[in-house]
Amino acid sequence: MAGSVGLLCRVMVGVISACATYDMTNDHCELYIRYDKAMTTRHAEFVLGIKAELPILLGTIPFGLIYGVVARSAGIPALVVQAMSLIVLAGSAQFVAAQLIGAGVPAGIIILTAVIINLRHALYSASVAPYLKRLNSGWKMLLAYLLTDEAYAVAITHYAQGGNGTRKHWYFFGAGLTLWTSWQASTAVGILLGAQVPASWSLDFTLPLTFIALVVPSLKGRASVAAAATAGVVAVLAADLPLRLGLVVAALIGIGIGIGIEPWDRKRASTSEDKAQVVTHTLSTNESPEITPPGRTGKEAL
Amino acid sequence: MTSLSLWLTLLCIGAMTYAIRLSFITFFGKIEMPPLLLRTLRFVPVSVLSAIIFPALFLNANRLNLTLSNARLIAGILAALVAWRTKNVLLTIIVGMAGLWLLQLVVR
Repeated sequence: MAGSVGLLCRVMVGVISACATYDMTNDHCELYIRYDKAMTTRHAEFVLGIKAELPILLGTIPFGLIYGVVARSAGIPALVVQAMSLIVLAGSAQFVAAQLIGAGVPAGIIILTAVIINLRHALYSASVAPYLKRLNSGWKMLLAYLLTDEAYAVAITHYAQGGNGTRKHWYFFGAGLTLWTSWQASTAVGILLGAQVPASWSLDFTLPLTFIALVVPSLKGRASVAAAATAGVVAVLAADLPLRLGLVVAALIGIGIGIGIEPWDRKRASTSEDKAQVVTHTLSTNESPEITPPGRTGKEAL
Repeated sequence: MTSLSLWLTLLCIGAMTYAIRLSFITFFGKIEMPPLLLRTLRFVPVSVLSAIIFPALFLNANRLNLTLSNARLIAGILAALVAWRTKNVLLTIIVGMAGLWLLQLVVR
């Protein structure tokens, strides 16, 4: 619930600042509809999206910094490190890809691993799709590019609040662009710092730590705990397999165990509890957006 | 890895990630997702990330280390406790790194 309180505060801050914007631009007041409806204008939606995203940057800027440092220390040229932030725009996958490149793992395995990690975005895509269906393909392509964990978490909460949704894509755009800008800038700073950070600082350890921070809060129900534990133990046992295949094998076995155990979980949870979980998932995604897909399917979350 | 294959790897990851993100936004209402696939997706992140976390904590130089001399394991457990109690990404990373640095000082 702490997540939803924080969110509420952010929305309130957004409303207050939107009103301030309204006051300051009195000579353009015909652009704004009176009172709280000022929020429905494109500009106000855009600004609200930026403001909603700002607190999240506290977590993503250090992440981008560390990515830049780790990728440089893995021996990847600076230009490629920055290009990865531009082209891939997915923190965890970039981290893992950088480390695998540094370890000399073959390209096919690196691509497979990164894509497996990014598969969760299919859930986000399914979840926002109904809200974007009236937009033209240019908007769809732009927002798909900006569909990161953090932008998704903010945008889906705004969409789920209801009301007039015709300009909410500007909110999504504001949030996504804010995250994008901070990610590119923090990567660049990380690249510059890279050479000055010695290996004894063990900065590579921030990767498993980040994943611990994302996985642990998402372990709800026996199925996900069993999936995580199985995948982890198998990965340790299979670490000697060539081409880091142990990772893929372990993940597949973990997923299989999770699906196998899920029916028992479902029996215990009633439908109404499921729906309540969907809401808290959506609202609490600010801190741990990666592993908390809204409900079992994106469509159900709506 | 050569410069060319590095760029190709990067472009492949980028293109496939983008395709995943665009998938439902483009095809919404045009195709039906099989329920089993959606159930599978739910376990993808926890399984993949755990398969990365466990070896990073339990293996030191490719050897299983379950003793107290394994600073990464202890720091990782500490971080997991923080993550469980606070659900705060940044705090988890800070406590985990601080724990690792302190333990490395003690062990050496």
